[in-house]
Amino acid sequence: MAEKTLMKGNEALAEGAVRAGCRFFAGYPITPQNEVPEYMSWRLPQEGGFFIQAESEVAAINMIFGAASTGIRVMTSSSSPGISLKQEGISYCAGADLPIFYANVVRGGPGLGNIAPAQSDYFQSTRGGGHGDYRVFVMAPNSATEMANFPKRCYDVAFKYRVPSMILADGLLGQMMEPVEFDFEPIDPGSIPAPDWALGVATGRNKRVVKSYDLRPGRLEDWNIERQKKFEMIEAEECDWDGEGLEDCELLVSSYGSCSRISKSAVKLARDSGLAVGLLRPITLYPFPKKIFRDMARKVKNILVVEMSLGQYVEDVQLSVEGAVPIHFHGRPGGGIPTAEEIFEIVKKIMRK
Amino acid sequence: MKKVFEKTNGLTDVPMRYCPGCGHGIAHRLVGEVIEELGVRERTIAVVPVGCSVFLDEYVNCDGIQGPHGRGPAIATGIKRTHPECIVFSYQGDGDLASIGMAETIHSAARSENITIVFINNAIYGMTGGQMAPTTLIGMRATTCPSGRSIEVNGYPIRMCELLATLPGASYLARTSVDKPANIIKTKKAIKKAFETQIQKKGFSMVEILSPCPTDWGMTPRVALKRVQNEMIPYFPLGVYRDWESRGKKEDDVKVAIEA
Repeated sequence: MAEKTLMKGNEALAEGAVRAGCRFFAGYPITPQNEVPEYMSWRLPQEGGFFIQAESEVAAINMIFGAASTGIRVMTSSSSPGISLKQEGISYCAGADLPIFYANVVRGGPGLGNIAPAQSDYFQSTRGGGHGDYRVFVMAPNSATEMANFPKRCYDVAFKYRVPSMILADGLLGQMMEPVEFDFEPIDPGSIPAPDWALGVATGRNKRVVKSYDLRPGRLEDWNIERQKKFEMIEAEECDWDGEGLEDCELLVSSYGSCSRISKSAVKLARDSGLAVGLLRPITLYPFPKKIFRDMARKVKNILVVEMSLGQYVEDVQLSVEGAVPIHFHGRPGGGIPTAEEIFEIVKKIMRK
Repeated sequence: MKKVFEKTNGLTDVPMRYCPGCGHGIAHRLVGEVIEELGVRERTIAVVPVGCSVFLDEYVNCDGIQGPHGRGPAIATGIKRTHPECIVFSYQGDGDLASIGMAETIHSAARSENITIVFINNAIYGMTGGQMAPTTLIGMRATTCPSGRSIEVNGYPIRMCELLATLPGASYLARTSVDKPANIIKTKKAIKKAFETQIQKKGFSMVEILSPCPTDWGMTPRVALKRVQNEMIPYFPLGVYRDWESRGKKEDDVKVAIEA
């Protein structure tokens, strides 16, 4: 258990999902996530699971939709343009209250963009992504070890609330090799009883239907209001974040995912030169850990948000602190990656004022 | 009183909302009867499309899943691969199967997914109100080709059985019609054979059923049946296009199809 294995982030993600009980994966090639389907293609059959290379991302998400309707743990992965294609299917999963898990190993956009790491799919991930009123449980790992361990949490939440769940990574996390340590024992999905809504052999029970439509007047409104209660519960119960130097900092730096690793180095540079700087990093992006931001807004003089996109993540920080403290912003779009030194310079400028 | 006729146990008692003269009701009943006769009702899963038959999940007496437009074969693939003990069929119209879902149709056949597709070809988009379909006949009017389908503007209607017959993975392909009792009986036979193909794990099976849509064709049910006979069948010839049982190896089968 404590043993560390050197793995690429994408492989850690795939292995983590398998250990968390995933037994069906459908995907389509796109850089920089190709190691996920490649790994699944040989790894899943070892566990009695199934892998399909689909004809498109659209087909892949619908294979996932079908397999998920039988109550098993399923997964798909892609990168930005491919995730856009999957959004209709994800919306159907949300509308049919199906637990699914997927990963977006984000690349530079919009359009074909490039294959460099980016965080520009933040809005798409945290606001639902597809059509209709729903959210997706979103986790943002910042290491290969977290890539390996977060799928389990995603499945737990997805099945507890019957919602889609996802990991928002990027090309940096997917391609980087790091020592990986699993923090949970492999789960045998055969030991988990099938949910009472799952399709399958129906001997001795009434028929079951998985669907997202209801044309009867008022019913869809009721259904949506009922579903909204789940998201309220998720917001109350499932927030997660990590921080350092929060007790005494005057400037709070905030980033998520791979960018939080860079910000962490910048905070260390600042601390080493005697500046009171802290780091707050949300681990769940939906639900967003609003409370800790509100609390910190009362303590600090400034907040600096650093992200690898042009002002997406910063909006959630602004919504959380509601103008209580000045928020500074540094964003690098289109595959640009900030350096710790670059962030440190901005930190110094803010603190000199 | 002695009961002389009974609704199949493969269907529920929910009254169908189809228009007078529509072919869906007949096709539903035939599917229900086949499911009952094969004794697979309790392990059958219906994949329900977008279109007029979107309410199939209410009518069919087995588990069901309603999914995105055209993606039935992908949904069925996900279910069948993980639950080979289940009998999975996808019920689709022409817009669903031959337009938006063409890729899923072709690739599930190419993979020879062990699933069954019931394909209703009525040459029109029904639910949305009569727009041109990929199978709308040349000269036939639709709300998006009000002067009739023209080759110059709209190209040619797609013959799905012939197209899929070029794929070695397609194990059973038949085109039938519900225009008259004799053809309805043949349709049921074909549906049964398609389900048997799946039960015997022989791979992809599809039955294309030519079906009238009096409402969106702007015809009485009687005249609509005449159109099926006089206009549709000549362009979409009835028959078995592939049969794993009556032909030799699949490879040989491809040769035959290409040479023909």
